[in-house]
Amino acid sequence: MTQLILFDVFNGLIIGAFYALMALGLSLILNLTGVINFAHGGFLAVGAYLAFTLTPYIGFWGGLIVAPVLTALLGLAVERGLIRPLYGRDPLYSLLLTFGLAFMLEDGTRYIWGPATLPFAIPDWLASPLSSQFFFLTGYRVFMVLLVVAAVIGLFLILNRTRLGMRIRAGTLDLETVSVLGVNTRILRNLNFGLGIYLAGLAGVLAAGMLGLQPTIGSDLIMPSFVAIIIGGLGSLPGTLIGGLLIGVASGLTTVWYPSASEAVIYVMMALILLVRPRGLLGEEGRF
Amino acid sequence: MQRLRAGKVSLDVTVWVLLVSMPFWLNWIGGYTSLGSRVLVMALAATALNFLLGFTGVLSFGHAAYFGLGVYGVGLTIKYLIPNTLAGIAVGVVAGTLAAAVIGALIVRLRGIYFAMVTIAFGQVFYFIAYRWNSVTGGDDGLAGFHRLPIATPLGVFDILHSDIAFYYFVLAGFAVSVAIMAALLRSPFGRTLLAIRENERRARFLGIPVDRHIWLSWLISCLFVSLAGAFYALLNNFADPHDLRWDQSGDFVIMAVLGGMRSFWGPLIGAAIFVVLQDYVSSRTENWMSFIGLFFVLIVLFFPRGVLGMFRRRASP
Repeated sequence: MTQLILFDVFNGLIIGAFYALMALGLSLILNLTGVINFAHGGFLAVGAYLAFTLTPYIGFWGGLIVAPVLTALLGLAVERGLIRPLYGRDPLYSLLLTFGLAFMLEDGTRYIWGPATLPFAIPDWLASPLSSQFFFLTGYRVFMVLLVVAAVIGLFLILNRTRLGMRIRAGTLDLETVSVLGVNTRILRNLNFGLGIYLAGLAGVLAAGMLGLQPTIGSDLIMPSFVAIIIGGLGSLPGTLIGGLLIGVASGLTTVWYPSASEAVIYVMMALILLVRPRGLLGEEGRF
Repeated sequence: MQRLRAGKVSLDVTVWVLLVSMPFWLNWIGGYTSLGSRVLVMALAATALNFLLGFTGVLSFGHAAYFGLGVYGVGLTIKYLIPNTLAGIAVGVVAGTLAAAVIGALIVRLRGIYFAMVTIAFGQVFYFIAYRWNSVTGGDDGLAGFHRLPIATPLGVFDILHSDIAFYYFVLAGFAVSVAIMAALLRSPFGRTLLAIRENERRARFLGIPVDRHIWLSWLISCLFVSLAGAFYALLNNFADPHDLRWDQSGDFVIMAVLGGMRSFWGPLIGAAIFVVLQDYVSSRTENWMSFIGLFFVLIVLFFPRGVLGMFRRRASP
């Protein structure tokens, strides 16, 4: 029993790390531009499939490095061409646009790579369990958690230590003032969007290694990411991180006792949070 | 002003003449009667959503949940409880409205994109219930094994089961009553208050209007008619699909309202007609209909954000 609980908690933690990685990207975009990026899951799928296509040529590690970058470049182009015209308009429009984009990306991956589930090869030494007692602790899962931790640390270093990150944080608070101070906010929003999409691409490659490749991989992961943001509090990146891990573990634990409620439980958590603390765990009062 | 009112009346007359006569010319232009019923159902849902979106200024992206509760309410009632069409509709509407009342109370204080996000997320709860509760709802395969039943009236049996045309007029009657109620509400002081909230929430609050309660009521009315639309939808298909509950469906309602023009009362009807016909056509022609619908969304947002009636109105008023 203990082992089962450990298994599910660890599983939940991994899933939570996914959610967090994806939700952090969503949150970055949402905080600076007020755009709810419905297509985030679509970008995740694109990252995963790109890695699948690249792996035979440049290996797993090459794919892990290159695919998210390519996805981010696609993100930069999409922001430049489609989303930029919508800034300052009713958020309804950017929501609808990214919604349509999500359809196109999902269907596009289905068109190019086919609807069937494709296996994604990971290095052998990562695929084997680390110990026979904890069979679920494969190298890949541990590696994934470590990589997510590294990515999160990297993100917070970028935000806190670099000029770009400083401007993103400032712009989140007051974009107009940042603009008046001489920062090109078009480029700022563009790079910020690319950074968010990079995280989606990275999450995609990692998810592919664990779940296999399906065109719907992104749309399955996006709703929990929304919940992670709401629970953590809109406007707070640490909150998003905590929210992601929290719902991952919660749905993992639910799997132990009542598997069919493992998806619904995160929405119950969200309802409770909204009831007692409408701004989310770490959200600022009155921002949204 | 006089001309504007005359134009409005003639638009009303045109709409009703077209709707009442639809079964007689729809086949002639290449449609079929149940496509007309589908347009009506979607138009009712989109009009109900627009009550909230266009006339209260609150963006919900989760209306499919209440639509789907209407769908499943009908399906489950007819299949397991009472084989009676009207009882099914009643259960579906009550289920959707009750869920909306509870969830609405939780989210009514939120605004803007936060509100939109929470409605999206809450919508998924019901999807997962329908998806996971295999033994009752049929899970991913959907709920089959029920069908609409003829309605016994004092004047005789109204056979909506075997006659598509009878069913069309049945839906049209429901549509007409719902739309008339919504229009009357919008003309009432309550409706004017909703417009005031849409235009300037802060000012409305300073005038002593209980804004949250009005938004909650508007949300409730909107969800009530959306679940009625869902109930009709279940009867139309004789089937309940978990995808009726999913966020894609919510997005479809929003795009219908925007496409037709969300500042006009008849906008969603026009948007629904265009959307349903287009979807029917594209999905019969290509497997990749999702891409086309997605592209359609993008193009509308970029080039046509005011919708069909919005364009007309801008041209009409100098």
